[in-house]
Amino acid sequence: MSDAASPQPKPGPLLGAILVPIRWLEDRTGIGAFLAPIMTHKVPPSARWFYVFGSATLMFFSLQIVTGICLGTLYAPSASNAYENLVYIDTAVPFGWMLRAIHGWSSNAMVAMMILHMVQVFLHATYKFPRELTWIVGVFLCLLTLALAFTGQVLRWDQDAYWGIGIGAAIADRIPVFGNLARDLLLGGPTISGETLNRFFALHVFVLPGITIALVGLHLVLVLRHGISEMPKVGEPVDPATYRETYEARIHKDGVPFWPDAAKRDLVFCGSMLLLLVAVALWLGPIGPNGLPDPTDIDTNPRPDLPFLWIFGLVSLIPPASETLVMLVAPGALIIGLVLLPILSNGGERAPSRRPMMVLGVVLAATAVGILTWEGRQSPWSPVMDAWSSIPTPVEYVKDRGPLELQGAVVIQNAQCRNCHELGGQGGLRGPALDDVATRLSYDQLVRQIQQGGGNMPAFGKSLTSAETEAVARFLLTMHPANEQTSNPPGALLPIPPQAAERR
Amino acid sequence: MSESNEPKASLPQVGAAEGESPCAGCGGGDRRQFMFKIGLGLMGAGGAAATVPVVSAMLGPGLRQYLEQWVDLGSVSLYPPGETRFATFSNPWTSPTDGLTANTGCWVRHVPAGEVGDRGKAQPMDTSSGDPPPSNAFNPQAPDFQVFAVNCAHLGCPVRWFPQSRLFMCPCHGGVYYEDGSRASGPPPRSLFPYPAKIENGHLWIDAGRLPGLQEAP
Repeated sequence: MSDAASPQPKPGPLLGAILVPIRWLEDRTGIGAFLAPIMTHKVPPSARWFYVFGSATLMFFSLQIVTGICLGTLYAPSASNAYENLVYIDTAVPFGWMLRAIHGWSSNAMVAMMILHMVQVFLHATYKFPRELTWIVGVFLCLLTLALAFTGQVLRWDQDAYWGIGIGAAIADRIPVFGNLARDLLLGGPTISGETLNRFFALHVFVLPGITIALVGLHLVLVLRHGISEMPKVGEPVDPATYRETYEARIHKDGVPFWPDAAKRDLVFCGSMLLLLVAVALWLGPIGPNGLPDPTDIDTNPRPDLPFLWIFGLVSLIPPASETLVMLVAPGALIIGLVLLPILSNGGERAPSRRPMMVLGVVLAATAVGILTWEGRQSPWSPVMDAWSSIPTPVEYVKDRGPLELQGAVVIQNAQCRNCHELGGQGGLRGPALDDVATRLSYDQLVRQIQQGGGNMPAFGKSLTSAETEAVARFLLTMHPANEQTSNPPGALLPIPPQAAERR
Repeated sequence: MSESNEPKASLPQVGAAEGESPCAGCGGGDRRQFMFKIGLGLMGAGGAAATVPVVSAMLGPGLRQYLEQWVDLGSVSLYPPGETRFATFSNPWTSPTDGLTANTGCWVRHVPAGEVGDRGKAQPMDTSSGDPPPSNAFNPQAPDFQVFAVNCAHLGCPVRWFPQSRLFMCPCHGGVYYEDGSRASGPPPRSLFPYPAKIENGHLWIDAGRLPGLQEAP
């Protein structure tokens, strides 16, 4: 564009005709004169591939705005027909499914790029003097991105959305003193209803994007004001007293123009990511909607979207006593810590090799979030609600068993034991697999465990008759590898099978 | 920023007029001050008036009082003794666009005669694995009935009743409750949320309307 606006050879009559209105616009608006120094501002030559993630985040955000506006022309923020509306967009509107797919997966991509950008800035300590505020604005942009992802998931208004808000409300309700107020404000009323969707729509479409656009602008102004940072070098610590002069001198000496020298890498990376995103969107299709948002249909298995799976995993695995701390105090402490980080540490070494604790922190955080996301996806703590009725007892476990033992196998199936316990590799993971339980527990221990529960197992003393309990224990005693002994002491007396008399 | 202004020197200097007197006929400082104050006052009054509906729209849901209301769950005969049945009702407070979310589900337990709250009496129980049920889970006006919110006391997911094992199980984080609503295992910090219930004219009524939460539930 800029090449066409300043041609060296004399323009032909056609080109001249095109240039006349362009020059008129430039004369009256001065846009070119305003943008040229911004586009060509000098950046350090060391600014290489590490620096592309911020641009990619911005690109995906722009894509979200464009596709979001298009979705706004099709979507109706009304709880009574939002779900049907999504089905309509997916099935009847030409390329509507593709629009939803791109908007949904681009949301995940924006979160991913933002996190990569943040990790890169953290590892290279770019947040140090004079770029403290750039980082702080970035922390709020990170929160806004996550808030946009959560509110967007609610607009699907499916089962996941309905129960997801329920979880949000339950967490808000745990806030001391203001819990009720916070929850009512979140829901727009005493319960999840049409007004809840309207609230999240206003947040997702007006409030959050508006603030985000303003902060992205501020973020970019700050980037331009302080210049793009150099790659950190060992032995070149940041000294707030001299940093600016050193940076200016170095940029003046060997800086390269952002456009086109650095921008070409951004272009290549963003282009590749955009292509990849469209491919993923075409391959995986639109996200949801998963099931009608019917509160009376409780045959549901709500799960949050990918960026929040790790939180889902976290609240399942922490000890109950620490829940308020983890749900309410930890997020606030984390945000305050991130905001204060550049204030507390605005000078010194930037190289990751000189900041091993920071690198360790990133590695630990990434490992924790990665494992929790994986666990959240598997959710081994959740009972498999239909395991008891949909998965048969393995055939080899009922071969050569006596009638009492077979009755025990039937009780295990009917009493939903397999919702939490695996047999033959199928069933819930909440409790231990029962395939070799006889090597661990004796008959008496089995009966005690079934009747009284404990170790996070409910007590079945009330729901199973003593005859049923004995049948189950008898069956479980056969659950051991063929060449391995049971944990019953040799010669231990097993009780005589009851004469079908219910002691209950 | 200052450098980028230099090439645009050809632009007319709009700000130049500020140096001169802006209006030759004005009566001087007092009047200008007075006009300024009038303007501020008008803005303040207009802004305050316009703020009323803005605050109401933003904060109203948190400031309104939602008194519980008695909701009809139908004839008592729908809930046979010894069984736990799923019941649905329409929320007392609705808006025109609620759609399916105008409804709510709950679990109704018709306690078998003589078994009111005696879990653990028939068999020796490990009391550490289950908390005792809340004292007011049993209703003086409907002593044989317990009505539980469908929401798990952990984070609100819908619990499901399994009559064979006599357990409520939650699909989200693995909370499990006994038939009387007391916590059996998993992360829930308490028993299932009970609704106050009463029987009137052969119908079962519950006091409902709010999404149950840890703070105000009994």
